[in-house]
Amino acid sequence: MNTFVKTGFAAACASIPNFAVAQEAVGIDQRVNDIFAGSTGWFVNLIFAPLPGTAFPWIVLWLVVAASVFTIYFGFIQFRAFGHAIELVRGDYSDPDDAGEVSHFQALTTALSGTVGLGNIAGVAVAVGIGGPGATFWMILAGLLGMASKFTECTLGVKYRNEYPDGSVSGGPFYYMTKGFKERGLPGGRVLAVIFAIFTIGGALGGGNMFQANQAHAQISGILGDFSGVITGVIFAAVVFAVIVGGIKSIAQVTEKVVPFMGVLYVGVALVILLMNFDQIGWAFGQIFQGAFTGLGVAGGLVGALIQGFKRAAFSNEAGVGSAAIAHSAVRTNEPITEGVVSLLEPFIDTVVICTMTALVITISGVLVMDPDTGRFVLNEAGTAIQTIDGSSGVGLTSAAFATGFSWFPYVLAVAVVLFAFSTMISWSYYGLKAWTYLFGEGKTKELIFKLIFCFFIVVGAAAQLGAVIDFSDAMIFAMAVVNITALYLLMPIVKREMNSYFARLKSGEIKKHV
Amino acid sequence: MSKNTIVVGLDGSEAGARALEFAKTQARQIGDCAIVICYVIEWSPFSFQTPEENEQRHKRREEELALARERVLDPAVKETQGSGAEVEGVVKHGDAADILNSVAKKRGAMQIVVGRVGARGLKDRLFGGVTGRLVAVSSVPVTIIP
Repeated sequence: MNTFVKTGFAAACASIPNFAVAQEAVGIDQRVNDIFAGSTGWFVNLIFAPLPGTAFPWIVLWLVVAASVFTIYFGFIQFRAFGHAIELVRGDYSDPDDAGEVSHFQALTTALSGTVGLGNIAGVAVAVGIGGPGATFWMILAGLLGMASKFTECTLGVKYRNEYPDGSVSGGPFYYMTKGFKERGLPGGRVLAVIFAIFTIGGALGGGNMFQANQAHAQISGILGDFSGVITGVIFAAVVFAVIVGGIKSIAQVTEKVVPFMGVLYVGVALVILLMNFDQIGWAFGQIFQGAFTGLGVAGGLVGALIQGFKRAAFSNEAGVGSAAIAHSAVRTNEPITEGVVSLLEPFIDTVVICTMTALVITISGVLVMDPDTGRFVLNEAGTAIQTIDGSSGVGLTSAAFATGFSWFPYVLAVAVVLFAFSTMISWSYYGLKAWTYLFGEGKTKELIFKLIFCFFIVVGAAAQLGAVIDFSDAMIFAMAVVNITALYLLMPIVKREMNSYFARLKSGEIKKHV
Repeated sequence: MSKNTIVVGLDGSEAGARALEFAKTQARQIGDCAIVICYVIEWSPFSFQTPEENEQRHKRREEELALARERVLDPAVKETQGSGAEVEGVVKHGDAADILNSVAKKRGAMQIVVGRVGARGLKDRLFGGVTGRLVAVSSVPVTIIP
């Protein structure tokens, strides 16, 4: 129902005789949404406050500047170490005696399954729907720069992780903020870690939960017909509950195996659609470049395209957010830098490859309405986004775009979205739990409380409207980045020392391949 | 280590026990001989795992190794020690065929002895069983005990 409401179809729907139950359900959704939007609005406004005298949110600048600083400070590590990253993932440098421990490949794919998902499908559609194809250019640029941010945070995540007597490991920004700051003699590490943990819980409930539930519901109702989000929410919550509280690992394990397959299928179908329209690929790239610098009449013009591109890229690949540092820190390695190097593949796969695929398919499919005379996009009635052929946005838009190539694809996409949403929720429930236990300590009851809150928010997310959910999700994820990047700036000399030492030993042959 | 080394692949099954029996007989006949008993825990570095599984992985690995030693390897080593041959037990994670081959290569073994596992599932038909793959990759002679 979200997509309908958003595009002004609500009025049309209201005139159709509804069943009383459906009306009541919509009433609940509306109430949930009102309470939700009302209680989170102030925070959203703070995070997305524009720079004085402009329409440019300061947070976007914060992310771009950080990624650029890391890129330059580490000497374009994302390009220099790209080949080495692939060798590491292949296991060329893995000690055979460590077989059975978490490999680079496993750490990478676990982190990826937390990031690849709706950001790549729905987020990109939002970016292109508002910012036009030009947003893609800025998204790719943000992805490439973000690789350096990811490298920095994941190296630190492994370096300062905790290894417990029972052999389990736990890492992430909480630990590099406290231990790293102490090592450098900096004050405030503990305070920063606590603030970060609070925002991580928010991010876990927002982008890692409500946004996922919301878009999964939009997909399901798009196929089955409009029904209350509360129903989808309760079902999702029950399954997540079974996994994270009930400990039914088989569900999570099956998902972990199906999700990569879905990811490959998604990229495969996108490639086929692009090949079917290969004569338009040049035109699409033309649109992307032209739109990046002129705006092509989209809402907000050039700045609108840029903001959307950077925002959705950050939301999709989470570079600089700090979440990946939690996932990557479980790897078995004596060299923290190796995991940093491996992690830089993550924004590349997520943003530069998968997001670009989505954006190209949307652009080529013609679902964005263009004025044939001027070659500029037509805005919707409210003037907030580009008009689409069927009035859809978010996942719905991606679905419509893929349907122009294969009419059956929306069904596959719906399954993929539900699975992606689910695997992202599982990942973020873990990140959130790590933050929660960092704040309140470990213990069965304490952990159960968080897990129950997590499940409750699934229902809220499925019932609330897209706009309110996206705003809150973004705000929380970006709030994490504010704290995390502050710490990264202060700790980056440590990463540089590690990096120089590692690559010197690699060059001298001290670090050898094991194959 | 003595010159003649035989690597025996154990999998905790009847076939593995037969392979060990055969190796012992061989060792007796050859004389100055060492037997390396190898147990492989099937594991791939390219599987997909949840964050929680990763967190617990190191612990699980230790448990798996301890269990393999306790249940399969140690009894086999103990039983073989009486035969006069020098005995060593090895347990590793990985692909059974690759590990057996690399252990054999590392010790300069003269042969690998494995039992033929009766299982003939669809997966074995498609990808070849451990014995089939071992024959394909091995750098030393392989004896398969039916």
